[in-house]
Amino acid sequence: MPSPTPESTPARVLLDAAQGPLDPVARDTLLAAVDAGWADPRRLHREGRQAALLLDRARELLADGLGVRPDELSLHPSGTHALLTGVRGLRRARRRVGEALVTSVIDQAALLREPAPLTGVPVDASGRLDDSAWRTAVSAAGVAVAALAVANGEIGTTQHLDAAAQACVDAGVPLLLDATSAWGRLPLPLHGQVYAADAASFAGPPLGVLAVRTGTRFAAEGPVSGPERGREPAPPLVPLALAAAEAWQQGAAARAHDTDVAAALVDRIRMAAAGVPDVEVVGDPVERLPHVVTFSALYVDGETLVHEFDRRGFAVASGSACTADTLEPSHVLAGIGALTHGNVRITLPLPSLHPTLTDGVERFCAELPDVIATVRAHLGTDRL
Amino acid sequence: MREFVDARGQKCPLPVIRLARAAKVLDPGDRVLVLADDPAARHDIPAWARLKGHVVTLSDEGAHTAYEIVIGDPASG
Repeated sequence: MPSPTPESTPARVLLDAAQGPLDPVARDTLLAAVDAGWADPRRLHREGRQAALLLDRARELLADGLGVRPDELSLHPSGTHALLTGVRGLRRARRRVGEALVTSVIDQAALLREPAPLTGVPVDASGRLDDSAWRTAVSAAGVAVAALAVANGEIGTTQHLDAAAQACVDAGVPLLLDATSAWGRLPLPLHGQVYAADAASFAGPPLGVLAVRTGTRFAAEGPVSGPERGREPAPPLVPLALAAAEAWQQGAAARAHDTDVAAALVDRIRMAAAGVPDVEVVGDPVERLPHVVTFSALYVDGETLVHEFDRRGFAVASGSACTADTLEPSHVLAGIGALTHGNVRITLPLPSLHPTLTDGVERFCAELPDVIATVRAHLGTDRL
Repeated sequence: MREFVDARGQKCPLPVIRLARAAKVLDPGDRVLVLADDPAARHDIPAWARLKGHVVTLSDEGAHTAYEIVIGDPASG
């Protein structure tokens, strides 16, 4: 007998897919691989060799997805691990030239916490890099490495990489491109010598990927003969690598369509949010990730907004301080001069995997004005 | 006219809410002085002023920050 679904409980609407549910086929692959590829791929017995073969296959598929060679690729516990491993390896290889890291003020927080000397190049109110400040920064004496996100995962804005990459070429500084939010969502630029990415961006499991193009001076922490070309102390969990590769393959057919659908849904959300009094939608409205949008509402706190949306069936994130484990709000919102309180951050899942997404976004847009009005009324700020 | 808001010890979004309440009854050219120590206020008070067309000047005063707001013309804000 089928179990009845309570009609009073509408389906959850997932609008925070920064780390989303797995592609269903990738999920099945993960479960099967737990049986077939559990062994340490360094072992010489049959089970170990089997795991090594599966890992090689996954690496080939992921390398192909990133447009690099398998022997250039290493796998890491997260996209942020891959990013930091890349920056540190480039820095170590260039220490006789200099030690400084150049990035932007809205790049990943973990990157901005790397040791000095570090320059954070400013961005404009839409989050776009100041090209002339970037050129000045990378041309300075003692720069070891430049790192720049292809697109910002919080506000969505994409960078104009031609000028930024050319400045690095002219200065002889290696450029690492952080594609952790963009991989599988936008065609990737081919400007970098090193790429950091994350399979979670296309409904794979969180799995960091680092590609160091052949010819790049790179000094891994461990011996090149070690796990992941010396870039990790231990090999990755093989089932995760297989699930990541499966998610990449599964997404291929729908990728262009997913991009268009997500971009239109984000347009819809941007318009709905902009229509609410005292709400500011931030990030570039056009040159952006297809699936990311954020906005901030005056006179409400992010935590109460997230809870009110949650109560109504919507999962959203927030960059406000009140929702983080620190008193500091999102450095990205701060870096572009946007309001940091009352922030709602949306990362759409892949539309082809979520057939009800369009309906869910429509419901979100319909309820958005009332959610903000309700929270403002509760806080006594509705007449400001 | 000149209003004073002591928001020291208060967390976001309270400093901005109290500032907005104080500013609501003021005319263009009037001033509000706000004292706040919440790190988010450093971003949010200037962002609020930009959205509302007011002018803000910040000065560090040790453990807190002083914000001097000059109310703008609502027609242009």
